[in-house]
Formats: sequence, C-alpha cells, structure tokens
Amino acid sequence: MSAHIVPVRVYLIIFGALLVLTVVTVAAAGVELGWLNTPVALGIAVSKATLVVLFFMHVKYSTRLVKLTAFAGFFWLAIMITLTLSDYLTRDILAAGK
Amino acid sequence: MSDAVHVEHAGAVGHAHHPALQHHFDDLEQQQRAAMLGMWVFLLTEVLFFGGLFMAYILYRSWYPEAFHEASRHLSVGWGFFNTLVLIASSLTMALAVRAGQTTNRRGQLLFLTLTIVLGAAFLGVKVIEYGDKFAHHLVPGPDFQFTPAELAPAAEIYFSLYFAMTGLHALHMIVGAGIMLVMLYMAWRGRFSTEWYTPLEVSGLYWHFVDIVWIFLFPLLYLIGGLSVFGGGTGH
Amino acid sequence: MHDVRSTVPKGEAFEAEAGLPRTHYLNATHGTAAWLLTKDHKRIGLLYLFAISFFFFLGGLFAMFVRLELLTPEGDLLTSEMYNTSFSMHGIIMVFFFLVPSVPAVFGNFFLPIMIGAKDVAFPKINLLSWYIAMIAGFMMLTTLLMGGVDTGWTFYPPYSTTGSSSNVVLAALSIFVMGFSSILTGLNFIVTVHTMRAPGMTWGRLPLFVWAQYATSLIMVLGTPVLAITLGLVFAERVFHFGIFDPKLGGDPILFQHLFWFYSHPAVYIMVLPGMGVISELVAAFSRKQVFGYSFVAASSLAIALVGFLVWGHHLFTSGQSAYAALVFSFLSFIVAIPSAIKVFNWTATLYRGSISLASPMLYALGFIGLFTIGGLTGLFLAALGLDLHMQDTYFVIAHFHYIMVGGTLLAYLGALHYWWPKITGRLYTEAWAKVAAITVFVGFNLTFFPQFIVGYLGMPRRYHTYVPEFQVLNVLSTAGASILAVGFILPACYLVYSLFRGGVASRNPWGAYGLEWETTSPPPTSNFLVTPIVTRPAYAYTHADVVSPYAGSTQGERDTGTEETQRV
Repeated sequence: MSAHIVPVRVYLIIFGALLVLTVVTVAAAGVELGWLNTPVALGIAVSKATLVVLFFMHVKYSTRLVKLTAFAGFFWLAIMITLTLSDYLTRDILAAGK
Repeated sequence: MSDAVHVEHAGAVGHAHHPALQHHFDDLEQQQRAAMLGMWVFLLTEVLFFGGLFMAYILYRSWYPEAFHEASRHLSVGWGFFNTLVLIASSLTMALAVRAGQTTNRRGQLLFLTLTIVLGAAFLGVKVIEYGDKFAHHLVPGPDFQFTPAELAPAAEIYFSLYFAMTGLHALHMIVGAGIMLVMLYMAWRGRFSTEWYTPLEVSGLYWHFVDIVWIFLFPLLYLIGGLSVFGGGTGH
Repeated sequence: MHDVRSTVPKGEAFEAEAGLPRTHYLNATHGTAAWLLTKDHKRIGLLYLFAISFFFFLGGLFAMFVRLELLTPEGDLLTSEMYNTSFSMHGIIMVFFFLVPSVPAVFGNFFLPIMIGAKDVAFPKINLLSWYIAMIAGFMMLTTLLMGGVDTGWTFYPPYSTTGSSSNVVLAALSIFVMGFSSILTGLNFIVTVHTMRAPGMTWGRLPLFVWAQYATSLIMVLGTPVLAITLGLVFAERVFHFGIFDPKLGGDPILFQHLFWFYSHPAVYIMVLPGMGVISELVAAFSRKQVFGYSFVAASSLAIALVGFLVWGHHLFTSGQSAYAALVFSFLSFIVAIPSAIKVFNWTATLYRGSISLASPMLYALGFIGLFTIGGLTGLFLAALGLDLHMQDTYFVIAHFHYIMVGGTLLAYLGALHYWWPKITGRLYTEAWAKVAAITVFVGFNLTFFPQFIVGYLGMPRRYHTYVPEFQVLNVLSTAGASILAVGFILPACYLVYSLFRGGVASRNPWGAYGLEWETTSPPPTSNFLVTPIVTRPAYAYTHADVVSPYAGSTQGERDTGTEETQRV
C-alpha cells in the first residue's frame, strides 16, 4: 500500500493548534460579545474539526472521492437545517403581515 | 457482451498469499480502498444521525435562549475543558498508532493504542462523575426534574433532554470505540499490522477521530453558552 | 404475442438440453447452517426474498381488513381501535418491511455484483449482518403485533405517539430504528461495491441503469435513514425517559418531528421507487431489443431524483402549521422533482418507439409501471400545488396517489423483476401463460382498487376513519372488489413460481436473449458468479439489429471458452 506517511512533527503541530484553539474558545466564552459569542464559538469548533479531518483523518492526502464523502455529510446536514429553519424563521413574518 | 473477452484476471496473483486478503477482492489495495470508503460512508451516516439532535438543539436554543443560558451554568466548564483536552490528546495518540502501523512499529502500536484506550476511559470516567452530579441535583428529565427559576424549568428540561441525548449518544460511541481499540490492541499484539496491511487500524482511527469531532462541537454548544462565571465548578462545587 | 423464450439461439438450446450446471450457488453447500451463515450475496438475496414475501402477505392481510371494513359505511367488522391498528400495521409493515427493502435487498443483492462483474459485494459479512438486523427488527414488529399492534399510523406523529397512544409505540419505534440500520448497511455496501468492485472495462458509462438506480437509492439510504433513526429514538426517549423534545405541553414542538421524519420519509419514497425504475430500464431495453434512449440522461436522472428528493419534504406539512413562506418554497421544489421522473418516463417511451417489442410477462409489468407511475406522478403534482392540497390533504386522493406510486410503481417493478430474473435465480422456467394472466389480473385489480379512491377522495372522503357517509359506498365497494382481484393476482405467481421449481423447464444461460453480464453466466450462477472475471468492452444494452434474431450470434467463441473453464473447475 502506498499511503502517505505524515511526519510526527505535523501531528504535534496540529495537536498544539487544537490545544490553543480549545483555550481560545473557553476564553472567548468569558468575554461578553453579545450575539457574536455563538458564531465565534462555532467558528473555532469548525476550525478544530477541519484540522482533525484534514490531518488526523488524512483527508488532505486522500482521493477526491473521500474528500467528497466527507463534504457530503456536512452538506446534507446543511440542507436539513436550512430548509427546516426556512419554516421556523419565517413564521413571524406571516403573523406580522396580518 | 457478445464480443467480451474472457480471461483470468491477472491482478490477484501478486498479493494472493497475504493472509488478510479476502477471496472476493483482487488485491490488498482494492480491499483497502473498499474498507476506507466504507468507513467514510458510515461516518457520513453518523453525521446525519447526530445531525437530527443538532437540529433540535438549534431550534430550542433559538426559542429559549435564556433557559439554555441558565441551564448551561449547571454544567462544569472545568470538567468539559478537561475532557476536551483528553479527547484531543487521544486523537493524537490514535493518529500516532496508525502511523506506527504504517511503519510496522509494533511497540509503537501497542503503546499508542494503550494510551488511546486509557484516555478514552478517562473521558468516560469524567462523564460518570458529571452524570452523577446531574442525578444528585435533580437535573435529569422526568418527574424528579427540579429547576429554579421555576418559569424556566420546562425549557431547561428540554436543554437537559438534549444534553443527555447528545452526550449520551456520544458516550455510547466512545464505549464502542474503546471496544474496537481493544480488538486493535489484540491484533497489534499478534503482530498483524505492517506497512503492507494496516487497514483495520486506519479505519478504526477514522471512527475515533470522528467521535472526537462530535465532542469538539458539543463542548462549546453545551458547556460554554452560559458564560464563565462558574468556571471550574458545576452545581455541586 | 409469442413467447420470446422460444427464440433462444441454437447454442443456448443445446446447453439447455444438457441440463442445469452441476455446481451452482444453490447446491454448492447444503444444510440450514450453510444458508443461515452464508456470505454469498445471492443466497442473502434469497433470504431477503423469503422474509419479504412473508411480510408482504402479512401487510396484505391488514389491507384486506381495512378494505372489508370499508365495504359498508358503518363500522360493522372492526372497532375503531382495531381499524386504527389495521391501517397502521398495514402501513408500517408494507413501507419498512416490504417496500424499502424489496427491490434493493432482493434483486440488488442478487444482481448488482453480477451486473458489474464482481464476485460479491464489498462487505459480505456486513451484508449478512444487515439481514440479521432486519430479522431482529421483523421479530420485534411481530412481537408488537402479538401484543396488540400500534395505532399511530405509519408516521408516528407526536403528540399522539408520545403521550396519547396506549399501544406499543415504544417497541414499534425501536423496531423501525433497528430496521434502519439494516437499510443503512445495505446502502453502504452497494455504494462501496459500485465504486471499488467493478470488473475491468466496466466504466461508469457502461453500468446498467439498474445499477445506477441502486447506487442513487443507496445514497438516499445512507443520507436519510440516520435521521429517521434518531427521530424515532427521540420518540422512544419521550415515552420512556420523559424527554420533552416533541411534546407541546413540555415546550417542545411536534412540527419538528414532522420536519425530521419527512426529511427521511419523503426521500424514502424514492428509496422505494428508484430501484423499481432501474428494473423498468432493464425490462424496456430487453423486450424492445434496443439501447435505452438517452442512457446518460436516465442515469443522471436517478442521481437528480436522489438529490432533489431531499429538498421537497415540506409538502407533507402544508396543513400542519408550517409557515406559508416555507410552504411556497417546498411547493416550488416539489414541482422540480417531477423533471427527472418525467425524463425517465419519456426515455422509456422513446425506447419503445420502433423497438422490436415482445409482450413477455415481465414486459407487461413494465408497461403497467410506466402507465401507473405516470398517473401517480401527475396526481402528485396536484398535491404539490398549495391551493389544491389544502382541500385534498388527508383524503383518499392522497391514498390513491401514493398507492399508484408504491403499488402501481414499486410493486409492479418488483414483480417484473421477479419474473425477468426468476430463470436466472432458480434455473427454471415458469409457465408464461399463467404469468401473463397474473400480470393482467394485477393490473385490472390494481386500477379497480385505487382509481375509485381518487374520486372518493376528491369528493372529500378523509383517510384513517373506519366509517363514512353512505354516498361514498358504491366507490368503496368497487375498491374492495378490486382489492380481491388484486389479491388473486398476488397469489397466482406464488403458485406457478413455486410449481416451476419442481416441474418448470430448465432455463438456459439467457432465456430472454437479453443483454447484460448476468446473462453471460450460467443459470443459476456459480458461487463466485463468473468462472473467469469478465472484461467488458461494450456499453450497456448494446443491442444491434442482428440481436433481434439472435443476441449471441457472434459469441460462440466466448461461450465455448467459458464452457471449457467450467469443466476444468467443476
């Protein structure tokens, strides 16, 4: 098998980055940012997840098919959330129009 | 195919003697590609499995922001932070265990798999402490549920329903993952993994990292939405 | 009308005289354990066939209860509770234990690996596991039934399912939760198989359309089913642990259940009908002796249905309290999904045009499918229109619409597949005359059962009630009469197919003179499907003009080679 062997150094750098981001997310939660708190927390979580997916799970070195599969899960989740929210977020508009 | 040519496929010969090659594959490379894709498709289903719960979380958090804020303060940010570090570390050891498989380093496989299992067990141990705390303080949904202020209690109960559903499902995945790692440890001990073939190790690693990613989202969404005023201590501290 | 099976070329007839191959997948090993622990995708397909046939007749039994009760306007036969249980069990068993697994689990399992020239699916053990999971789920559903059944309808809507119903919702929900994993594993297996197990030369552009349809179906299975599982898991948790996610009394939202449920269950309609469409593509090509018109469009339309099918679920919520703006969006998207379905229908019709059509029994089912699916699809457009749907929601018009898709579509395709591939599966020929009688009986019975329901629904008869106003009786009597004919149409094949196992003629390698890898191997196939791995050099359905007379005129060389291999290996 001709797999890509990632140097230990890369794993350690990613590990360090994940630790830093974890500290940052906790610290950010302590600062009152109003509505921004949630997007910041989610943004950090997405960055951490991306690092894990790309390096620990080797997607960076994988075939296009694997990249597509990994992407599809989040894409379909987005479909579910977006279209469901298209109902909930527009309910008040109708009420206001009456 | 009327003009199809029938010949014995030659690809099978090269690796035919590897004990791990199953009969319906031509070679180990094909077998490995199938296993990897299979696990990725399985993880795809897992994303949507947890996705239903995230959808419910998004809806009720937007409906009951205050109750979620208050209820979240009953979780221990300290334990959550600790467990996040534990899981990230376990992902590192898992990645190193796979690397030890790639490089036919049996001692490395044994060491890093053991560390992964120990870290996973530590995570679950903390979860037991946290769940015990919720039981002790009547924060488990059901007839015994108590929450002050009382007007937020119904929505807080939804928060804790989601908390138990999400972390419970996650913990279940951790338990399954630990079981898989024990099998991997046994296989590593028997010297099954080498540069030529370490597919089970790599596939199990994907699963483990996925469970880690779920927690990366659960931690801020469940623990950090109440601010940090109770940093390091839940209700019981 | 002539029996195409008599036009078997000489070489084939010679082989047929020689009898069945001595060793094939059916007799390679013997004993119950050899079957119950088999990893052979063909045997697993047969295990599914037995299980699914059982559930089909069970579900049909409940349908007969429903139809008998509706013979009269009053509730004479069943109490309202028994009636609720009957239609619920009919729906649950038919949807989750027959329609969803039907074509993929039986014919997909059996033929997908053969059609792409593979020895097996990618994960044979997981394939067997998925059958056992299905059987555990089936056992749980039978237990539910013996404990009095469940009365929520197949949709399990809360708050009735979570707080109101006193029936066995917990066990039923758990059963479907478990069944979901069987479905997921089957889908996963097919996706990986199509990606990694194709024979040399079997490019994506040469895949049979049945395989394309199975692939698209599998995508829906792995993407949708987990959401159903977690949703029913939450219903379970509401009843057992008093979670309040869907209970309005506790601050939850029952409409969230409907969103999550239909996120799976609308695409699930395509899980049920797409594999059937794949079967129809095979049948239309084989019995018109033509390349399917617009092959790439038909293939792409399967994927398009799989994708767009995920964007339309809100049309089940038009009258549920969903926002009017979301309803508009979902209505628009629902019209779009008609496009890929229409592409298929037009292309099948175009394939028939100037084809050398033989009306063999599988083709009768295929033609029935095209007509009935079109009616089912077009009435779906009525329901996708917001203004009309407000009047027709929850009437028998909806019932008739989806039965035209589910029975007129999926079930006819299933029967067509069963007849088309029966000689390959068993090595035996059934009585073609009886098969034609059965196909016509099913078609007549089906239309008599469900066409009156369009009318009675349009007139306003609501679904799920065990009594109705006397004005509707004539149409309901017609419908029940049709259901009896339909039942005969289902029992007939069971008789002559079983008879053929013992007294049927021996099937040749390719009794229909059809084109495709499954017809290249023996009937029944050997355990490894092919004695030598085939190399594919031509596109699917490469029928030429000469094929009309003899599809394998130029293939004697290949045939003889295979024959030699066979004698060496056996």
